[in-house]
Amino acid sequence: MRNDRRPQRWTGYLFVAPATLYLAVFSLLPMIIAGWLSLHRWHLLKPEHPFVGLQNYVNILNDPFFRHALYNTFLFVVFSVPLGVISSLLVAALLARPLRGVGLFRTILYIPAVSSQVAISMVWIWILLPEIGLINQTLHGLNTLLDAVSLGSWSLPTDTAFLNHPVSAMGALVAIFIWIGLGPRMILFVAGIQQIPTTLYEAADLDGCSAWHRFRYITLPMLAPTMLFVVVTTTIAAFQIFTPVYMMTKGGPRRSTDVVLYHIFTEAWQKLEFGMASAMTYILFTMIALVALVQFTVIRPQAIEEAP
Amino acid sequence: MTRTLSGRRILHGFVVYALLLALAGVTMLPFLWMALTSLHPPNTQPPLFLEPVDPPAGAPVPTLFAPERWHPENYTYVLLFPELPVWRFALNSVVVTLGVVLFQLTLCSLAAYGFARLRFPGRDGLFTVFLMTMMVPASVMIVPLFLLVKTLGWLDTYAGLIIPYPYLSTAFGTFLLRQFFVTLPRSLDDAARIDGCSDWGIFWYITLPSARPALATLAAFAFIWTWTDFYWPLLATSSADMRTLEVGLSVFRDAYGTNKWPLQMTAAMIVLIPVLVFFLVMQRYFTRSDVQSGLKG
Repeated sequence: MRNDRRPQRWTGYLFVAPATLYLAVFSLLPMIIAGWLSLHRWHLLKPEHPFVGLQNYVNILNDPFFRHALYNTFLFVVFSVPLGVISSLLVAALLARPLRGVGLFRTILYIPAVSSQVAISMVWIWILLPEIGLINQTLHGLNTLLDAVSLGSWSLPTDTAFLNHPVSAMGALVAIFIWIGLGPRMILFVAGIQQIPTTLYEAADLDGCSAWHRFRYITLPMLAPTMLFVVVTTTIAAFQIFTPVYMMTKGGPRRSTDVVLYHIFTEAWQKLEFGMASAMTYILFTMIALVALVQFTVIRPQAIEEAP
Repeated sequence: MTRTLSGRRILHGFVVYALLLALAGVTMLPFLWMALTSLHPPNTQPPLFLEPVDPPAGAPVPTLFAPERWHPENYTYVLLFPELPVWRFALNSVVVTLGVVLFQLTLCSLAAYGFARLRFPGRDGLFTVFLMTMMVPASVMIVPLFLLVKTLGWLDTYAGLIIPYPYLSTAFGTFLLRQFFVTLPRSLDDAARIDGCSDWGIFWYITLPSARPALATLAAFAFIWTWTDFYWPLLATSSADMRTLEVGLSVFRDAYGTNKWPLQMTAAMIVLIPVLVFFLVMQRYFTRSDVQSGLKG
């Protein structure tokens, strides 16, 4: 391989120049702007933007509302990532085999991921409504059934406004996040499972291993790199949940779903405090970068094929 | 012995299919509910089990699967709704999505060719910088990006919606294409070079045509991400005429009155149908696991 080294070609710069320039302006420059804004008291409509040093950061970290937003984000991540990863792994274990019609199931499970999140949020609001929403109507139907078998005293509540209670509102967002991302995560796991040499399973069969043991002692350990990748990308996605919050709860009830990205949105576009919003941006960015660093240092080096 | 074994196998297959069907049902239920609701009379709540408050004497009670009649005209009503330029939203979505796909494919394929097929000083260092920008999720940097685009005078323009597109990472696209370009055989390049073909000629006539699956994959993802994006067009546009379908839909809620669920669901279906059709046509690029393992790298 190494002996066909071609001459260095300066034309290479011409090919990478547009993308490099683009990234410099629209990816790196915004980071610099955010850093600079975060050191100023920067209200969008006020002419003066006095330098305040790290005061924005001090204010934010002492702000109970921002701390609550941090807490909400962590809560969201802590529930949605493990549940999301485990559920998609289990589904992948079902779908990583040459069953008839398996492609159709993979396609169906992928649909929420490509759907408009605004449309998805609207239908979930409708499903979760008290009395007339699908869930409460189903409970009502069950009550009718219970009546029929004269267990009427056991009637189920049908007036739960799921999005008006802190716990169920957060629970709904977690459920929707898991539902949306199930397909892509499942596909990644299927790809990982299909790369496991079948000889391992044949050997296990000879030794009389049960399905659970095959999963536990072959599939799971061999999937470790895929698992790491899925956990990292799911965590990063969970840190950035926005559209369902904007559409369904607006951060409520009582700020219980006010996650950091939504909090930044309100700080910037309702209070117009771009300086404060930029400082919050940096805090969120740092959290995500720490997670991404795992991906970058552990996964990438082995994945990048050497260009000769 | 063999009979019990095959019996177990049949039972096993049955359980797997039952689980998969249940999963598919749960996944599709909200969409079916949306579609069913959208065909009901625009001013009512589609009844499932609830009895109507005032049942008309003698009239058959309408149910979810048997309304008095179906209402497909909800769709024309929403599309022609006088207070919202829905056609304009759709046009904007098409322009912005195609714009982003073409623009990013151009940038990414050029850069990927440079990184994968050419040698120049500092190449690998620069590529590492590209990868590192992937660690910055664009939605997080939306506040400074907004100010930058405002300074450029691009707010409420197609340029502002297409060029600084924060949801499709150029670095990611470059990485995806580069991984594919690296695997292409070098012999064709060398033969062409001996025949006097320039780098540009090799890129255009050899690399790009051989890389169609990778380009299609990137284009498919770019299409879906752009079409369904909400956050950036919400902030980068202010006039109704520049809204995309996704942002336009979010204001339907207030425009129709929140109780008109059949109309709300009709609007949701109108936004959803184009993207679902596109997905079903292109679905192998999303669900083929070998393509995805390329994505993962």
